[in-house]
Amino acid sequence: MRTYHQLTDPDRSGLLDQIGTQRRRVAERLAGVRRIVAVMSGKGGVGKSYVTAHLARALARGGRNMGVLDADLNGPTIPGLLRDSDARRTTHESPEPTSGLDGVKYVSMGQFLEEGSPLSFKGPPAESFVWRGAMEAAALREFLGDVEWGTLDVLLIDLPPGMQRYIELCDILGNPPSVLTVTIPTPESRDAVRRAMRAAVDRGSALLGIVENMVGGELKGTAGDDLAAEFATAVVARIPWHPTPDTWNRLAAQL
Amino acid sequence: MKFLCVECDQQMAFAQRELPGDGTLAATFKCPKCGRVVAMLTNPMETQLVSSLGVEIGGRTVPAEPFEMLRANVVTGGPAWSGDAQERLARVPSFVRGMVKKIYADYARERGITEITPAIMDNARTELGLEGM
Repeated sequence: MRTYHQLTDPDRSGLLDQIGTQRRRVAERLAGVRRIVAVMSGKGGVGKSYVTAHLARALARGGRNMGVLDADLNGPTIPGLLRDSDARRTTHESPEPTSGLDGVKYVSMGQFLEEGSPLSFKGPPAESFVWRGAMEAAALREFLGDVEWGTLDVLLIDLPPGMQRYIELCDILGNPPSVLTVTIPTPESRDAVRRAMRAAVDRGSALLGIVENMVGGELKGTAGDDLAAEFATAVVARIPWHPTPDTWNRLAAQL
Repeated sequence: MKFLCVECDQQMAFAQRELPGDGTLAATFKCPKCGRVVAMLTNPMETQLVSSLGVEIGGRTVPAEPFEMLRANVVTGGPAWSGDAQERLARVPSFVRGMVKKIYADYARERGITEITPAIMDNARTELGLEGM
């Protein structure tokens, strides 16, 4: 009996062509984006979204056209950090990104959900883990390929903890994005972030540096310096508990 | 996924797709030589997996709409808001906006309204005595 690759008649479903069309759609939508930077950490609670939002605002104040894609689909916080109450929000019918504080454009799953509602998908409730991850990857693809991003100097992608969304992002983009890593000073954070940075290097992402957040308080450790030495990159900023606009401006100047 | 008519050693061709509405999918394939037809039936889990890829079994006849997957599969937790309705809601002072939004959403949900428009907001204000909101 012949095997799959020996059947060469045209497939009317054209599934591979359809996937190719999706990829082209993403590439076309992002054609006006000069640079894509993923903000990541292997650890939760280190302030990735906070750093992302304030970095985007600082770059925007410096004259850059900035966008933020909130890829934390299950815990979206970017609307709360960038919300401009007068802005028109992104909807199914209106795929323009929302214009937030300092003119930063953003899109987030939070804009599509009722306040307080968790992200849930229609579908069979049993064994939903089988398809839920694929649905989330599809949502990320639509945020990249369906939102009218227009011309941007930098699109920051705020990733959730862990590596899954980063891997999905690499697959959808076709090329690994540059990565800015966020950690807190503790050894526990260092160990978790190390795994994420290793995965990013293995995938071919360029490391833009490390932001050490929540410095100068009760959190003790040298995670930033340790990771910088191990990965031959730099600590581009140490963010204190009460940062000022200058703190963010200095970080923006590093990128 | 491809289908082979073993007897004829021929690749079967896609013939028809059906979505019965119960979360399952049926697609039929026909042997171009002997005419035999087989049906591929997927359970809801398998159907969902195909849906998540954003592909159409049998091929696409029209280009994908923006947010097609989100629109079809994400439970938003409430009725949709038209752009005009969102603009009107944005003019409500922020400290009461959440409460006002919930009142309109509950009003729509109780009446089976799937999209809140300025007209729906006007009706709610009149019916619920919310003048000024």
